[in-house]
Formats: sequence, C-alpha cells, structure tokens
Amino acid sequence: MRTDNFEAPDYYLLDELLTDEHKLIRDSVRAWVKKEISPIIEDYAQRAEFPRHIIKGLGEIGAFGPALPAEYGCGGMDQITYGLIMQELERCDSGIRSTASVQGSLVMYPIYKYGSEEQRKKYLPKLASGEWMGCFGLTEPDHGSNPGGMTTNYKDMGDHYLLNGAKMWISNAPFADIAVVWAKNEEGRIKGIIVERGMEGFSTPETHNKWSLRASATGELVFDNVKVPKENLLPNIEGLKGPLGCLDSARFGIAWGVVGAAMDCYDSALKYSLQREQFGKPIASFQLQQKKLAEMVTEITKMQLLVWRLGTLKNDDRASTAQISMAKRNNVEKAMWIAREARQIHGGMGITGEYPIMRHMMNLESVVTYEGTHDIHLLITGMDITGISAFR
Amino acid sequence: MKILVCVSQVPDTTTKITFTPDNKSLNTAGVQFIINPYDELGITKALELNEQTGGGTVTVITIGGVDTEPNIRKALAMGADDAVRIDAEPTDAFFVAQQIANYAASQNFDLIFTGRESIDYNGGQVGGMIAELMNLPHVNVITAITVNGNTGTVERDIDGGREVVEVTTPFLVSAQKDLCEPRIPNMRGIMTARTKPLQVIAANGSEKRTEVAQFQAPAPKSGVKFIDPNNMDELVSLLHNEAKVL
Ligand SMILES: Cc1cc2nc3c(=O)[nH]c(=O)nc-3n(C[C@H](O)[C@H](O)[C@H](O)COP(=O)(O)OP(=O)(O)OC[C@H]3O[C@@H](n4cnc5c(N)ncnc54)[C@H](O)[C@@H]3O)c2cc1C
Ligand SMILES: Cc1cc2nc3c(=O)[nH]c(=O)nc-3n(C[C@H](O)[C@H](O)[C@H](O)COP(=O)(O)OP(=O)(O)OC[C@H]3O[C@@H](n4cnc5c(N)ncnc54)[C@H](O)[C@@H]3O)c2cc1C
Repeated sequence: MRTDNFEAPDYYLLDELLTDEHKLIRDSVRAWVKKEISPIIEDYAQRAEFPRHIIKGLGEIGAFGPALPAEYGCGGMDQITYGLIMQELERCDSGIRSTASVQGSLVMYPIYKYGSEEQRKKYLPKLASGEWMGCFGLTEPDHGSNPGGMTTNYKDMGDHYLLNGAKMWISNAPFADIAVVWAKNEEGRIKGIIVERGMEGFSTPETHNKWSLRASATGELVFDNVKVPKENLLPNIEGLKGPLGCLDSARFGIAWGVVGAAMDCYDSALKYSLQREQFGKPIASFQLQQKKLAEMVTEITKMQLLVWRLGTLKNDDRASTAQISMAKRNNVEKAMWIAREARQIHGGMGITGEYPIMRHMMNLESVVTYEGTHDIHLLITGMDITGISAFR
Repeated sequence: MKILVCVSQVPDTTTKITFTPDNKSLNTAGVQFIINPYDELGITKALELNEQTGGGTVTVITIGGVDTEPNIRKALAMGADDAVRIDAEPTDAFFVAQQIANYAASQNFDLIFTGRESIDYNGGQVGGMIAELMNLPHVNVITAITVNGNTGTVERDIDGGREVVEVTTPFLVSAQKDLCEPRIPNMRGIMTARTKPLQVIAANGSEKRTEVAQFQAPAPKSGVKFIDPNNMDELVSLLHNEAKVL
C-alpha cells in the first residue's frame, strides 16, 4: 500500500460553513485514519477480515455515537460532526464506516432513544469507548425491503422472554457483544430487545465469500429458544417506527460517508491522471479525461452541499425521513458513478490493490443496497411528493 | 514539571506558496495554517514527560493574531493544560523571543520547548534567543529527552553518531523529528479543550530587528537531462555553461 496522501477537494470553499471545532475533529479523524487504517486496510480487505485492533482507537477518536450526550460517555457533538466523522472513515473504507454507523446509529441510538435510564447507563459508556461492540438485527432471510413482515418473535414466560427466529446480513454480528434485535411480541407488535453474547441458544455464524465490504464482518443472528431477561426489552417504542428511526440516523451518516469514498476516488484519479503519460503527455491533458474529472468534482460539490444542508436541518431536528432518503440515494449513486469513472482513469492499475478505487467500487455495491435499497428510497421520495405508496 | 511549549503556526505543507504583489509578504488567501510540526513534537513530548511522572502542567504560548486560536485550541485538545497568546504580528524572530522570554520570566518553568525551526521561514533562531535572554542552558535539535529530578538527559544526532548531554533544570530544548510520534487529538481532548484557559496578553515593547525586503520564489526546476556516457564533453560543457558549477 502506498502512503496515503489524500487531499480533499473543496471547490466551493465549504470549509467556511464549518466551525473551527468541526474542522479540528475532521482533520484529527483524517490524520488518525491515515496513520492507523490506511496502511493496513487493503490487506484486511483482501483477506476479508475486520481489523479488530482499531476498535479502541475508533472509540477514542469519537466514532461511536459522537452526537449522543456526554453524560453517557459520548461526544455531545452536533450532527455535522457525526457526518464529518463518517465521511473521513468511509474515505478510507465503507466497511470501517459501516462498523461505526452500526455501533452509533443502530445500537447506541435506539438504546438512548428508546431505552430506560438503567439501560443507557449500563450500555452506552461501554459502547462509546468500544469496550463493547453491538449489532443491529432487522433484516431476515425472507424479509429485507419489507421488514414489517418479520417472523422473529418472543413470548412472555413470566420472569423472562423466550426469543426465536433468525436475522441475516447483520454487520458486526460475528464479534458483537450485544445485539439490538427487532422481534414481534405475542400481539404481533414489533419491539426492540437487547440480546447479549453468551445467552444460551444465541449464535452468530459469519457470512463468507462477500465481494463487498470485505473489511467488515457480516453474519447471521440465530435465536433458538433464547431466554432474555425482561429488563432487556426497550420500553419506550413499539412498531416499525422503532427500527426506521434508527435507520434515519444511519442513512444520514451514509449520505456523508459516501462523500468520503467519492473524494478518495476523485483525488486518486486526479493525481494519477497528472502523473501517467501516454502519447507523450499526461493523460489529464486529454479532453475525455478532463470531462470525467470535471464532472466528478462537480458531483462531489453537489453531494457536499446536500449533506451540509441536511446536517443543519438535522441539527434543528427538522430533517424528514424523505429528505434523508433523497440524500442517501443521490450520494450513493453519484459515489458509485465516480468510483467507476475513476477506475477507468487508472487504466489497468485501477483494478489492483495498489489503488483504493476497486475496493470503494465494490464496497458501494453494499451501501446502495443496505439501509434501504436504491429503489426503495426512490419510492419514498415518490410517496412523499404524490402521497401514494408504490411499494405495497 | 512545569513545561512551556512555544508554538508557531505555519502554512500547511501542501500549500502552493505565492506572494503579495509587492513581494513583501506571503499571500495568505486560501492558505490553511497548521501547528509547526516540530512544535507538535514539543507538545507531545511535554505531555509524555509529565504523564510518566504523573504530575505537572503544560502551557503553550503563541505570538500571533486571533487567527492562531484554532491551532491553539488544537494544542489544548492534544492535552496541554492552558494557553497564552501574545497578541502581535510575529514577523521578527528577536521580537518573538523577547515576548516569550518576558512572559516566561515570572513563571518558573522547569523546561521550555521550541521547535528546531519553523517550517515556513526556517529561521531556527527563536529558541536560542529565548535561552540567551533568560540565561538558560540550551540544547538544540534533540531527538530524545528524559528528566530525573533536576537532571535532564538529552540526546542529539550528530554527524556519524549521537551526543548525550546532561543539563540541569530549568533549561530549553528544541525539538527535532524522531523525538516522538505527534499526538492526534481525540474526542475527549477536543471536548475538554473548549473550557481550558486561553489568556490573551498585549505585546510588551515592539522592537523588531529585521524587516523583509523581498521574497522570491525559487526558479522552476528544469527537467532531467540524459547524457550519453560516451559523450563526456557534452556533460562538462553543460556543467560549465548551463549549471555554472564548473
Ligand atoms: C454487507 C451488508 C450488511 C448489512 N448489514 C445489515 C445490518 O447490520 N442489519 C440489518 O438489519 N440488515 C443489514 N443488511 C441488510 C440490508 O439492509 C438488506 O439487504 C436490504 O434491506 C435489502 O434487502 P434484501 O437483500 O432482502 O433485498 P430485497 O428486499 O429482496 O430486494 C431485492 C430487490 O428488489 C427490490 N425491491 C424490493 N421491494 C420492492 C418494491 N416494493 N418495489 C420495487 N422494488 C423492490 C429491491 O430494491 C432490490 O433491488 C446488510 C446487507 C449487506 C449486503
Ligand atoms: C515576513 C513574515 C511574516 C509573517 N507573517 C505571519 C502571519 O501572518 N501569521 C503568523 O502566525 N505568523 C507569521 N510569521 C511568523 C512566522 O510563522 C514565525 O513564527 C516567526 O517569524 C519566527 O520565525 P523563525 O523562522 O525565525 O522561527 P524559528 O526560530 O525557526 O522557530 C523556532 C521555534 O520558535 C518558536 N516560535 C517561532 N515563532 C513563534 C511564535 N510566533 N509564537 C511562539 N513560538 C514561536 C517555535 O517553537 C518554533 O518551532 C511571519 C514571519 C515573517 C518573517
């Protein structure tokens, strides 16, 4: 792996819209990523292994729940800070960002938002530091885009709940200490329940042979008559709006994160095109390559503006689910397009691990599918503007 | 130990340097300023020394305008306890050294760090001047330091080897690369930096001993020329007429 000389494009001087503290955090995360993750990421991705030794550092840099309150060991920062951290992690690798997104938005956020004070105190500080890692179990083998159809369920046994079912495609599952699991109660209502590693009947087999998010561990959650203490139920939420609320927060982070992946592809392509000579001159001097580069930086600038505005809305608690869907969908699509164009600019070198492009490109194939597929987000916008749902 | 670290801010290393039309100052439009990398080493080492003994304080001082405050906050986020900014334009090394010496005179620091040089103007003068003004022992360009009681043991790389110097507190050192790995601020550091004290003091006196007459950008590098090994005459002629080194 070559040294990470990434420089971020800021064509519209958007740094001027950030506070000094935003920039300090972003630059610190960027420096930390360059030092700790960039040198090893290619190797871990090639071996399809999550670099577990970085978890403590991720906690220290503030990647886990930075926008949750400081009294629970979190950062107490704003939403733009959260977005910038996700951008910097995904600038290196979507898999690393996924681990942080899941921990912060899908595990810590529901415990904070829907949990009891005892649950917050028990779990949040340890999750913020990375001492404990969590995962989020919503998707099932037969219920992906339609999570409301889930069959995982629990029964009230008097002094405990009895949980049965299976979840699939769960990020962090193979090493997670706890899982926030969405399951139906005896009335068929969806509730959140915290399952801990070591509970009898709970196992987390790893999903192998992925061509995408190779540096992130994915697995199943299998519940075979798992006895879960009653105090592990999240008391303050019922119905699909529980998991969907978490997804709003995570999708917001993804919309920022993929800006990072896009910037990395662009930066690498720009530098490569200035160095690589064909026909006696740098390939950057050919119009076709300039068109690609110019369009890339244009799209990145639009992506940056979109998430910045979304961040200010979210800071005021005014970002709607549909607005977040639009940003997730648009930015992932543009990042994928940028990765493909950048891949071509690198010629044959673009398919090797010498450059991050192909890794980003493959990673984004998961990002476009998880947290609501590309199609589903389009249908959310469609429903929002017409008032008619087209997905049922 | 009570440690003072002198911190200057310099243009980011990737900056494309241009000058104002009169060629008397750096064109700062769009330039990102960072903490002088050698000063980051000083901050880090100061923190490490105190962490080893489990006590003491680290103060950072900058001579500069309000635009230096984001970098001062960064120094606090790295772990420094408090900061002083002397509100003046730092355009002259003697002036800077005198301001720092004035401030430090009443503070009883055990140890003062500067960088070996600022990576922008590369004067390499401020540290030596502060030491002289305060009558302190000065060891420059150091790559290792330990302090035991009142005795500091300091290492410097010298031609073909290494010099180990013993020195008694209070003393001043200037940091060289390899002294340590610069610390990256973490979330907790950034959160606590918000409320750490940053004292702004007016400059004392205004004597500046130098004035920049003009800056010039270096001539653009010419490309590499390949010369046939059998054609030594051409090589000699190029070295003589073009490179003008013979
Ligand atoms: C690497 C990875 C990590 C993941 N991590 C997690 C995790 O941590 N936790 C978790 O709960 N889940 C996770 N997921 C699961 C992810 O959220 C689902 O894959 C996603 O919701 C899509 O579900 P599905 O794969 O079953 O596809 P399906 O829902 O079967 O969709 C297949 C295709 O049909 C389309 N489609 C479906 N319904 C409609 C409709 N009504 N109208 C039009 N088109 C439609 C979709 O857009 C898609 O193109 C992860 C997935 C991956 C790949
Ligand atoms: C023409 C000119 C214009 C300048 N304009 C600006 C400006 O606009 N904004 C700005 O911030 N700086 C400005 N500087 C200051 C410059 O960045 C240096 O800080 C200062 O000139 C000392 O330079 P030096 O190379 O002699 O320092 P050196 O002697 O090489 O520095 C060695 C060490 O001394 C300490 N030190 C140096 N300067 C300072 C300082 N200012 N405060 C605290 N410790 C210090 C540091 O520890 C540094 O590592 C300007 C300098 C010049 C010559």
